[in-house]
Amino acid sequence: MRGYAHVYPRDHINTDEIIPARYLNTDDREELARHALEDLDPGFVGKVKWGDFIVAGENFGCGSSREHAVWALQGAGVGAVLAESFARIFFRNAINTGFPAIECKGISRKVEDGDELEVDLEAGVVRNLTKGEEYKFSPFPDFALEIMRAGGLLEYLRGREG
Amino acid sequence: MTITEKILAAHSDRDEVGPGDLVEARVDLVMCHDVTTPPAVSMLEERGMDRVFDPERIVVTPDHFVPNKDIKSAELAKRLREWTRRHGIRHYYEVGRHGICHALLPEEGFVRPGMVIVGADSHTCTYGALGAFSTGIGSTDLAAVLYSGRLWFRVPESMKVVLEGELPKGVYSKDVILEVIRRIGVDGARYMAMEFTGSLVGKLSVEARLTMTNMAIEAGAKSGIIAPDEKTLEYVRERSDEPFHVYTSDPDADYASTVEVDVSSLEPMVAFPHLPSNGRPISEVGHIPIDQVVIGSCTNGRLEDLRIAAGILRGRKVAPHLRAIVIPATSRVWLQAMREGLLEVFVEAGCAVSTPTCGPCLGGHMGVLAEGERCVSTTNRNFVGRMGHPKSEVYLASPATAAASAVAGRIADPREFLC
Repeated sequence: MRGYAHVYPRDHINTDEIIPARYLNTDDREELARHALEDLDPGFVGKVKWGDFIVAGENFGCGSSREHAVWALQGAGVGAVLAESFARIFFRNAINTGFPAIECKGISRKVEDGDELEVDLEAGVVRNLTKGEEYKFSPFPDFALEIMRAGGLLEYLRGREG
Repeated sequence: MTITEKILAAHSDRDEVGPGDLVEARVDLVMCHDVTTPPAVSMLEERGMDRVFDPERIVVTPDHFVPNKDIKSAELAKRLREWTRRHGIRHYYEVGRHGICHALLPEEGFVRPGMVIVGADSHTCTYGALGAFSTGIGSTDLAAVLYSGRLWFRVPESMKVVLEGELPKGVYSKDVILEVIRRIGVDGARYMAMEFTGSLVGKLSVEARLTMTNMAIEAGAKSGIIAPDEKTLEYVRERSDEPFHVYTSDPDADYASTVEVDVSSLEPMVAFPHLPSNGRPISEVGHIPIDQVVIGSCTNGRLEDLRIAAGILRGRKVAPHLRAIVIPATSRVWLQAMREGLLEVFVEAGCAVSTPTCGPCLGGHMGVLAEGERCVSTTNRNFVGRMGHPKSEVYLASPATAAASAVAGRIADPREFLC
């Protein structure tokens, strides 16, 4: 995966900022995508390119259980979120949907807005192509990789039932 | 083992589990509402997996955007309703008999000690007040559990929250949980089970305990839990004939951390924008004029909360420029509040009284804020834009502080209004 970084170094970026509840009267993913991160950065949807990354601080995705937050980011073209840490329901939703939520310590202080990044999920490495740096992250646990490889939890469940 | 570990072990056929273990647990009860369930149903339909593991173990209530606030939310509610009919799900609470899910399920006797409960709503952690393991999940997890009746969990570390002392006048369980979150932060219990214990807990009513476990998620916790006592058993037996199993933590159970709070020295608390951890004692609040007050929600919309608010509003008037919105959390609470004369107190004071809905708590409807407006709310979150415009402000407080503030037109100390 390769793309440009959109850095929001703040901690506790919450689901109300990622997809405000005023848009939860629909689960249409294209419509949700038009409002991704609207209350944090109203310009985000206009500038994000397919495959770009969000880089953030601690506890990304805290608050509501709404999976709409993951769908909105996915739909807007975000390839992965790289954060210091994640809130647990967001993290779970991301795995279940096959969306990489990558916990990478120190990343919000090392990466600058607009840096080009390459993410290697299996190796657990983020390469900063702009700065020529590498950041390691803990690879996903096996069960999480299995779910992501299957394409999400429901595909995994169906595959297991054969 | 802790109470949480024992419940998860029993539901995954293991003798013992510890923090970090991955288990696939049987789920006893699944809570569904109008925002997160329709997408889960669509996921199952699209994959040819449209079945439910056991219609008797599923409880459904539309609560977020009901009565339907617009055409889109009406479509969501319709998809929810049609799904319950298709699968013969009896425990469906239609508008008029409905309630805010986390108030409704305990009240109707669905929540019992020792259960594993999930719901596609982050405040599903509320049910832990009755000694159940209960946690919020997203729509894909919901689809998986509706289909299979099972779900994977990472066994959480436990945080022991020891509450000692007597609550001073004007201080309630909401103030206690705001103080706990102020101390540990919005990620202080991330991934953990918050186990509330200490001499205060036994003195609190079940309703007051539900307020505390409800907000465990605001400290990032996976669940909140309280070991059952006589009050719990009485509450459950009044509402259910079903058998249940009481678990308690062993004296030598392991805790990742312990937080101790002496509540005797607490003041009423107000959490300032834009995090639930921004709590301040009322004496440090200063003069903050407000535009709206909301009394209700899964946090503080139960009968006891309405009685406390009515105790302050009785014979008084809401400040002239201010809107006060009171929302009994369930239809049953609404009816009882009417019979006790509480609704009359609210309306005579100049409040709007709504049918049960989550509405304003998440900026949905029934009290959305305009740019620059300030609201004192008994709800659980005060994030940017939570109740409306991104430049509006939400101050979290107890029903007493909210009622006092409604009268004063500014954030006010409820102790000035209590005799």
